[in-house]
Amino acid sequence: MVTTTPNETRRRAWKAAAAVTDPELPMLTLADLGILREVEVSEEGAVAVWITPTYSGCPALAEMRVDVDRALRTAGFDDVEVRTALSPAWTTDWITEEGRRKLTEHGISAPGRAPARPSGPVPLTLLPTRTAPRCPRCATADTEELSRFGSTSCKSLHRCRSCLEPFEHVKEI
Amino acid sequence: MSGDNIFTGLVEEHDGDARWAFGTGFTEALAGVDTTLPEGVDGPALAEYCQMLGDDALVQAQRLVHWVTDAPELEEEVALANIALDLLGQARLLLARAGQADGTGRDEDAFAYRRDASEFRNVRLTEAPRGDFARCIVTLLVLSSWRLALFTRLAHSVDPVLAAIAAKGVNELAYHREYAVSWALRLGDGTPYSHERMSAAVADVWPLTGELFAAHPVETSLAGLGAGVDPASVREEVREVLDQVLTAATLDAPGAFPDGEVSGREGRHTDELAPLVEELQRVAREHPEATW
Repeated sequence: MVTTTPNETRRRAWKAAAAVTDPELPMLTLADLGILREVEVSEEGAVAVWITPTYSGCPALAEMRVDVDRALRTAGFDDVEVRTALSPAWTTDWITEEGRRKLTEHGISAPGRAPARPSGPVPLTLLPTRTAPRCPRCATADTEELSRFGSTSCKSLHRCRSCLEPFEHVKEI
Repeated sequence: MSGDNIFTGLVEEHDGDARWAFGTGFTEALAGVDTTLPEGVDGPALAEYCQMLGDDALVQAQRLVHWVTDAPELEEEVALANIALDLLGQARLLLARAGQADGTGRDEDAFAYRRDASEFRNVRLTEAPRGDFARCIVTLLVLSSWRLALFTRLAHSVDPVLAAIAAKGVNELAYHREYAVSWALRLGDGTPYSHERMSAAVADVWPLTGELFAAHPVETSLAGLGAGVDPASVREEVREVLDQVLTAATLDAPGAFPDGEVSGREGRHTDELAPLVEELQRVAREHPEATW
C-alpha cells in the first residue's frame, strides 16, 4: 500500500471532481466553468465537495452532483458528500480562459465581462448595454441577436452577418 | 439488464449509475447549505415569508409556461420558458428554506404539490389571467422590476440563506426585466395597433399593482429585524423604473400605483388560482409515488 499525505489525497479528490464535465456543455469541465468551489478530505478519508449552481433553476446541477459523486467513488473514495454552495453567486466571469477557448473551438461564443451587479436603487439603462459577441467561426464583430434566450438558460442566440451562420453565445450574467 | 424490452432496462437499478430521467436521488435544493436560523429571527415567520416569495415565483412560472407552443414566435416561447425556469429555481430554493425554517422539514415538493390553493401566499398579479402577449410583457415588466428591487435589498438579509438566494436571483431578474423592456419599447412604440394593445394591457394590469406594495405583518416584522424587505419601501423606485420605460415606449404612465391591500399574502385569492394550482399538482397528486 502506498502512503499518501493529506494534501496529496485532497489533490487527487480535487482532480477527480474537477474533471467532471457539464451535461449541457460537455466540452467544459466543472473546473473550466468555475463551479467547483471547495474539496475537503477528512482524516478518515471522507470527501466533501462544494459546487455552485450557475442559474437557480439549472436542471443540470442535480446531474452534476451525481457525476461528481460517481467520479470520486471511481477514484477510490467511499465516503462522498456533494454539497451546494450558494454564496457568493456564480457569474460567467468565473469561466476560465481555458473554458473560453474550448467554447469558441466548439462554435459557441464565450461571454464578455458580466454587467456590474446593481446595489442599492436599481439603475435602468434603456440603451443597449451588451456588446455584440464576435462570431466564433469567422471572428467578425458584425453579428446580430436573434433571441435573448437559447437552448439552455445560459445561452442566447445570434447570427453572423458576415458568414451568415447562426451561433450560440454564453450570455453574461 | 433484460434484453427483451429497452424500457425495462432503463428502470432497472444500476449500482452507482444514476439515470437522470428517473430521478437522481439528490432532491434537496439546499443540500449541504448551513441552514441555522439567525439569532432573533422567528422560524415560522421566516418560513411564511419564504413561502410568499417562493409562491410568487412558482405561480408566475406556471402562468408563463402557458406560452409554450402559443407565443408569437418560437424564440419567445424559448425565452418565456427560460424565464419560468429561473423563477422555478428561485421557488425551489425558497420553499426548501421554508420547510427548514418552520421546523417541519417539509421539502419543496410538499409545498408545491401538497398545499391547497388557499394556502398559497402569492400576490394576485402572478395568478391573473394570461391574456395576450402585450399583457404578458406588461405583467413581466411590473413583476420583474418589483422583484428585482426587493431582491437587491434582500441580498443583505441577516438570514444568509435568503441573502444568497436573493443575490443569485438579482442577476436573473435583471435579465428578465431587460427582456420585458425590449418588448415594451418595440410594441409600445411600434404600430398604432401594437401601441393600442400595449395601452390596453397597461390599463388592465395597473389596478393589480397596489397589492405589491402592501405589507403583510410578517413582512413588516422581518424587515424590522433586517431579515426581510418591507415592500412599501420599494414603491418609489419601482414607480421610477416603470415611468421611465413606459415614457420611452410612448405609453401613458397611469399615475401613481393604486392603494392596495394585503390579499394573496393572506391566502385571499381570485378564482384564477385554484385551476392553476390544480393543473400544477395534477401529476403529483395522481401519482404520489412518482419521483423526478
